[in-house]
Amino acid sequence: MAASSTLKNMTLCLTLVCLICAAVVGVAYAVTKDPIEAAARAKTTASIARVLPAFSATPEEGSIRVGETDYKYYKVDGAGYAIVSATSGFGGLLTLMVGIAEDGTVHNTAVLSHSETPGLGAKCATDERFLSQFRGLDPAAKTVAVKKDGGDLDAITASTITSRAYALAVSNAVEVFRQLKQGGRGNE
Amino acid sequence: MSKWHFLTDGFVKNNPTFVLVLGMCPTLATTTSAVNGLEMGLATMFVLILSNIVISLIAPRVPDKVRIPVYITVIATFVTVVQLLMQAYMPAAYETLGLFIPLIVVNCIVLGRAEGFANKHGVGESALDGIGVGLGFTVSLTVIGLVREILGSGSAFGWKFIPGDGILAFVMAPGAFIVLGFLMVLFNKYLAKK
Repeated sequence: MAASSTLKNMTLCLTLVCLICAAVVGVAYAVTKDPIEAAARAKTTASIARVLPAFSATPEEGSIRVGETDYKYYKVDGAGYAIVSATSGFGGLLTLMVGIAEDGTVHNTAVLSHSETPGLGAKCATDERFLSQFRGLDPAAKTVAVKKDGGDLDAITASTITSRAYALAVSNAVEVFRQLKQGGRGNE
Repeated sequence: MSKWHFLTDGFVKNNPTFVLVLGMCPTLATTTSAVNGLEMGLATMFVLILSNIVISLIAPRVPDKVRIPVYITVIATFVTVVQLLMQAYMPAAYETLGLFIPLIVVNCIVLGRAEGFANKHGVGESALDGIGVGLGFTVSLTVIGLVREILGSGSAFGWKFIPGDGILAFVMAPGAFIVLGFLMVLFNKYLAKK
C-alpha cells in the first residue's frame, strides 16, 4: 500500500507531482493564451463601440499624462476619443470609458469596472435616468458635476458619492480630451 | 448495495452546504444571484470531480507524510486550469466571480473529499462522490442565489418579474446569512422527517 515516508520517497513523490502539475498548467496556459487576449480585446472594442459614434477605423491606443495621472485612451479617426478614466467611488475604484466626439461633446459613457454597493451605487452602470444625462452632454454649456456640488447633473438617489465620482471621471476625461486637442504630447 | 448511494449521499445526506456546512466563504459571497451561484457551483464541481479521480489514482503511491501537499498541488493545478478556461471562454462569469475562483483551492469541500473519501476509495466511486457532492454544492448555491435574487432584485435567473428594487439587504452580506440560515433549517427539518 502507501509507500513508506522515507526522505527519498517523499522527495521523489513531491518532485514528480509538481513536475506533472507544472506541465499541465503550462499546457493550459499555452492553449488559453490567445483566447484570453482575444476576449480582453473584444471587451475593449465593444466598450469603445458603445461610447463612440459608429466608426470603421481601427482604434489607436495611447496614453497621456494630465496632472498627476496617466490616462489611457483610444483614438478613433472620424469618431473621436474613448478615454479610460478612473476615480474613487464609494466602494473602491470606479473605472469608466468616456467617449468624446470630435466636437468635444460627450457621446456616451460605459462602466468598465466598479465595486459600488449592489442596488445603490451599482446602479450607476444601469440607471437610464442617470446615464442619459451624459449622452450628448456639452461640457462647454453645462457644468459636469452633481447638483449638490453646483453642477447640472441629477445624482442617483441615495448614491451621491458614486454619482459624484462618475461625474468627476467624466469631467476628468473632458480635461484629457482638451489636452489631447491642444496637441498635448501623448505617447502613441 | 449498489454504488449509486455514493452519488446521492453527497447530494442529500452529506450535502456540503446545508449538512456539513463546508465552504461557507464562496457560499455566502457569490450567491447574489442564481446564475452567480450556479457558475460558482459548476466551477467547484469540475475541480472536485477531477481532483477526486486523480487523488484516488495516486493515493496508494503517495507517502503518508506528504499526502496533504500532494493533494493541494493537484487541486491547485485543476483550479488554475479552470481559471484560465473561464478567463478565455467565459470572461463575463470570470469577472463576476473573480477572486473566488482561485479560492476554490482552499475550499474545505475539495480537500475534505480528497482526504475523507477519494484516498480510501476506487476511481469510479470517487468520481461518483465528486459528482454527487459537486451537484449538492451547485444546487445549494443556486437555490440560495435564487432566493436572494427574488427577494433582493425581484428577478430569477436574470429575468425580472417585479419592477423596482426589491429588499436590498438580501443582495448584501446580511441577506446571505439570513437566507442560508432559513434554508438550512428547512433542509434539516426535511431530513429529520425522513
